[in-house]
Amino acid sequence: MAFQLDSRTPSGPLEQRWSKAKQEMKLVSPANRRKYTVIVVGSGLAGGSAAATLGELGYNVKCFSFHDSPRRAHSIAAQGGINAAKNYQNDGDSVYRLFYDTIKGGDFRSRESNVYRLAEVSVNIIDQCVAQGVPFAREYGGTLANRSFGGAQVSRTFYARGQTGQQLLLGCYQALERQVDAGRVQMFYRHEMLDLVVIDGRARGIVTRNLVTGSIDCHVADAVVLATGGYGNAFYLSTNAKNCNATAIWRAYKRGAGFGNPCYTQIHPTCIPQSGDYQSKLTLMSESLRNDGRIWVPKQKGDTRNPNEIPEDERDYYLERMYPAFGNLCPRDIASRAAKLMCDQGYGVGPGGRGVYLDFKESIGRLGRKTIEERYGNLFEMYERITGEDPYTVPMRIYPAVHYTMGGLWVDYHLQSTIPGLFVLGEANFSDHGANRLGASALMQGLADGYFIISYTVGHFLAQVKPGGVNTDHAEFRAARQEVDERTRRLLSIKGRKTVDDFHRELGKILWEFCGMARNAPGLKHALEKIPELREEFWQNVNVPGSAEDLNQSLEKAGRVADFLELGELMCLDALEREESCGGHFREEHQTEEGEAKRDDERFCHAAVWEYAGDGKRPVRHVEPLQFEFVHLAQRSYK
Amino acid sequence: MGTIALNSGLERTAFFYQSVVGKKVVMAVTGSVLCLFVLGHMLGNMQIYQGAEKLNNYAAFLQGLGAGLWAVRLVLLACVGLHILSAYQLWRLKLDARPTPYVKKATVATTYAARTMTWSGPIVLAFIIYHLLHFTTGQAHPDFRRGDVYHNVIAGFSNPAASLFYIVANILLAIHLYHGVWSMFQTVGVNHPRYTPWLKRLSKAYAWVIGIGNVSFPLAVLTGIVK
Amino acid sequence: MKIILNIWRQKNSSSPGKMVRYELGNVNEHMSFLEMLDVLNEELTRKGEEPVTFEHDCREGICGSCGFMINGIPHGPERGTTVCQLHMRHFHDGEELWLEPFRAKAFPVLKDLMVDRSAFDRIIAAGGYISINTGSAPEANSIPVKKQCADRAMDAAACIGCGACVAACPNASASLFVSAKIAHLGLLPQGEPERDRRAMRMVLKMTEEGFGYCTNTGECEAICPKGVKIENIAMMHRDFTRAVALFREESKAGGAG
Ligand SMILES: Cc1cc2nc3c(=O)[nH]c(=O)nc-3n(C[C@H](O)[C@H](O)[C@H](O)COP(=O)(O)OP(=O)(O)OC[C@H]3O[C@@H](n4cnc5c(N)ncnc54)[C@H](O)[C@@H]3O)c2cc1C
Ligand code: FES
Repeated sequence: MAFQLDSRTPSGPLEQRWSKAKQEMKLVSPANRRKYTVIVVGSGLAGGSAAATLGELGYNVKCFSFHDSPRRAHSIAAQGGINAAKNYQNDGDSVYRLFYDTIKGGDFRSRESNVYRLAEVSVNIIDQCVAQGVPFAREYGGTLANRSFGGAQVSRTFYARGQTGQQLLLGCYQALERQVDAGRVQMFYRHEMLDLVVIDGRARGIVTRNLVTGSIDCHVADAVVLATGGYGNAFYLSTNAKNCNATAIWRAYKRGAGFGNPCYTQIHPTCIPQSGDYQSKLTLMSESLRNDGRIWVPKQKGDTRNPNEIPEDERDYYLERMYPAFGNLCPRDIASRAAKLMCDQGYGVGPGGRGVYLDFKESIGRLGRKTIEERYGNLFEMYERITGEDPYTVPMRIYPAVHYTMGGLWVDYHLQSTIPGLFVLGEANFSDHGANRLGASALMQGLADGYFIISYTVGHFLAQVKPGGVNTDHAEFRAARQEVDERTRRLLSIKGRKTVDDFHRELGKILWEFCGMARNAPGLKHALEKIPELREEFWQNVNVPGSAEDLNQSLEKAGRVADFLELGELMCLDALEREESCGGHFREEHQTEEGEAKRDDERFCHAAVWEYAGDGKRPVRHVEPLQFEFVHLAQRSYK
Repeated sequence: MGTIALNSGLERTAFFYQSVVGKKVVMAVTGSVLCLFVLGHMLGNMQIYQGAEKLNNYAAFLQGLGAGLWAVRLVLLACVGLHILSAYQLWRLKLDARPTPYVKKATVATTYAARTMTWSGPIVLAFIIYHLLHFTTGQAHPDFRRGDVYHNVIAGFSNPAASLFYIVANILLAIHLYHGVWSMFQTVGVNHPRYTPWLKRLSKAYAWVIGIGNVSFPLAVLTGIVK
Repeated sequence: MKIILNIWRQKNSSSPGKMVRYELGNVNEHMSFLEMLDVLNEELTRKGEEPVTFEHDCREGICGSCGFMINGIPHGPERGTTVCQLHMRHFHDGEELWLEPFRAKAFPVLKDLMVDRSAFDRIIAAGGYISINTGSAPEANSIPVKKQCADRAMDAAACIGCGACVAACPNASASLFVSAKIAHLGLLPQGEPERDRRAMRMVLKMTEEGFGYCTNTGECEAICPKGVKIENIAMMHRDFTRAVALFREESKAGGAG
């Protein structure tokens, strides 16, 4: 069952590809649209915008979310902002520059056509969101304000205080609720997708568990859209919301969807360090802080003095030293690795020496406390709430944490996976960010996918199939349902001695240590032995209390962790196979003398796409070669 | 939700009143009328300090208004009626809205006045009825002389029990106003970060003035300042 | 430190609940409140008992999932803080706490400390949006918005929909939540065309869902983790009253075309 990895990328001049593709796409007539049922799983930025837009077009949309409301999706937590090539600041930005920055930021591991399209529609996203009432920051003249963000040399980031994700999601949620009111979208809250149903090689529906009543149900559709977010929680500790998980994409993978670049994870440099073993998640401090904060460690190892007592000349502003051109604003992977390097060498500060200072003293002196308060007030408050320290007077302590997964289900230019009729959007797909995502680009991608791309490509797909034709009595539906049922019962019947979190924490430690910021072959091989052992133990010794017929959070967690225990292995396998360093994937064997990532374009200028081969069997690695027709493959340099 | 259709004035009023906001606005508007009345009433009665003649003349003047007086009385009665009706309905709604009470509940911002609105209201109502029977129609007065308001007040307040009831009821009325006056503004939509703190102060001052003014009458009689 | 917890345990919406007492020995002051409950839940699980159900997700104070009563106050004693952001350093050794779900007819208890707040979604669906189909938006800078308006709209839009305002209100009113949306959209020029319709439909829906009314106690504003102001409630009352008074039927002739 080898994949046909046809990326369906249009040819011709880069600027005309999306228009050309749109022109060539088939349409469904307005009167026929309501005959087609589209299932959208996920109502975050990507899923919510897709469901609302498909509803507006007149399709019969069913939208599923394990949350109690679309407004809770993890997208809500994005703080910093959203990029768009509006060039309102007249500082030389353009669609091409955003495209180029994204390709380069991603370390030349993404598809040119997709990235260009993303940059192209970015401008429409801002228009759409403003019209929905998203209260972006404004200038006194009434026009939109921008800031520069995480490694960009132009100011193209739009923001709503430190709550950009929240405001974008509320806009999208409201658009979605409007369609619910109009009867075009039916919402299934607190429903978790537990399997994908594929009939005759086409995605035809899903199996869900009602998280309140425990009932397992089947839902039929003419196309299925997954927008279920990222899998950073495989690491247990991450900046992701506690309930983020990989279950939907993982089950789709096991039904035949190719998994692209599972090893590409992004480690965010500015998070609040861990304070103890009880820690349940890590909190991100927006990257925008790096615009005005300076990062340093004491020059002396193990210096435990109060940071304010350490004189200037005994401080090492290591990012400014190592990357003079970009300094504190170098890309995330670089900043994260540098922090780890400093701490590994013994310069770290705070509990366990796992932290570096982010200091605002200089900018408070230069801009005044009021300006800093205006820019970062809520972030400072958040920091103080969590740590009990006042960042206006004591430098913040930060440390990198898992933040985003560039990997995900492989999709073609139409955002369709290797299973016809199964589309994947947002962080759930293997995305346009290559091996590393630029700050403020995930929101852009999720909304581009949901508002502006899927409406065309799903339509094109549906125009070529007849609506309906199967129902939930179909053997495949019954079989999938039964599998879900059995798995649930099995989890509940083990009644072992360890809790689900025990296993999750352990998996997290393995992944963080061997598949985290820096990876090497022996470590990955070790992890590849450990993870299956842990998984085996899980299925023999986990304790899941409660019943299947009730609201049961332990059961929900158990199912998700069971999937992470499989996905974790694939991540390590992919990391092992990719014998180069690129973006967020740093292989210690492949670095320059100065310790910088060394790509191997000869052997690895491709996306790795994994095909499930059955339980206990080694998955098959396929490749989609990446062609760079418009940008020149260059070594990334932020020196 | 379907489209909203309000074809007649009646439908419009009903739509307004059926909503929780509408009832509250009715309460605020009627409250504000009553509030002004309370002030006027108190100021008029202040003439007691200027002697029997002045007060009795004032009373005669009011009586002389005839139909005008009745018009005012009807408006006031309507306001009292609507104020009470909306209060009662809102109170029922409150019980409905939280059928299971908290095992433990604390408050953070609620003033004593705000907390006691639902029972300071009914007590004030009971007082008003008594007050009318006492000084307006005379049934509850031991020595009622139609037309001689001054005498009625002195005689009425000479009874310490009656005076005590007056004092307690007027303190409650003041407490009711303490929250009520500001609340009225808020309910009809007047709120501005600059002026609202002043409105709150005004509301408190208003309550104090009414409270002190009204309580002064029985006290003045009991202490013999007014004879 | 040691903490004594009295937690409301209720199997599901149809069975009765009761307070159950737990003692927790090794609480670290740097833990968040929910991490403290995680520890309790791990202990319960190991003992083969069912852990305490509570809603949570982001644990950053933004998703609005978390929320229950701690000693009679939604989200607990710290102002401007959701329970996921509340840290144990604000409690003292040996302190006894009472945890209860938010209580309102419109928020039925699902299990233990978890309630169903979908009434909020239905209110938003009734009119808490600006009708604009994807693709039909004008260029973003074509309508300037006064900075003060954008800032005020943002203040109102900061609402996280946690429902603490309803829980704290003596009348279980949703006025703060509803008015925050009415104000957010009503303050922006983009929201102006639907301002009347929005106020009417949202207030109507709020009434239908069984929420109480506002008596201006200010309790909601005081406990709102995002500092949403009751100024918005005044605006809602104003908008609603004006909308009903000036309401006109849609033209019988319909739109053009
Ligand atoms: C702390 C933080 C800050 C960030 N800041 C920024 C930023 O400033 N700028 C930026 O561009 N990006 C930022 N990001 C990244 C960005 O927020 C996410 O990548 C993006 O929001 C993901 O959106 P999504 O729609 O793909 O997924 P999500 O928002 O995660 O939505 C997933 C949806 O899928 C549903 N779901 C999942 N699984 C199932 C299932 N099995 N069954 C049913 N439903 C399911 C969920 O209920 C949810 O509705 C940040 C991320 C984090 C963690
Ligand atoms: S868990 Fe998201 S606000 Fe508390």
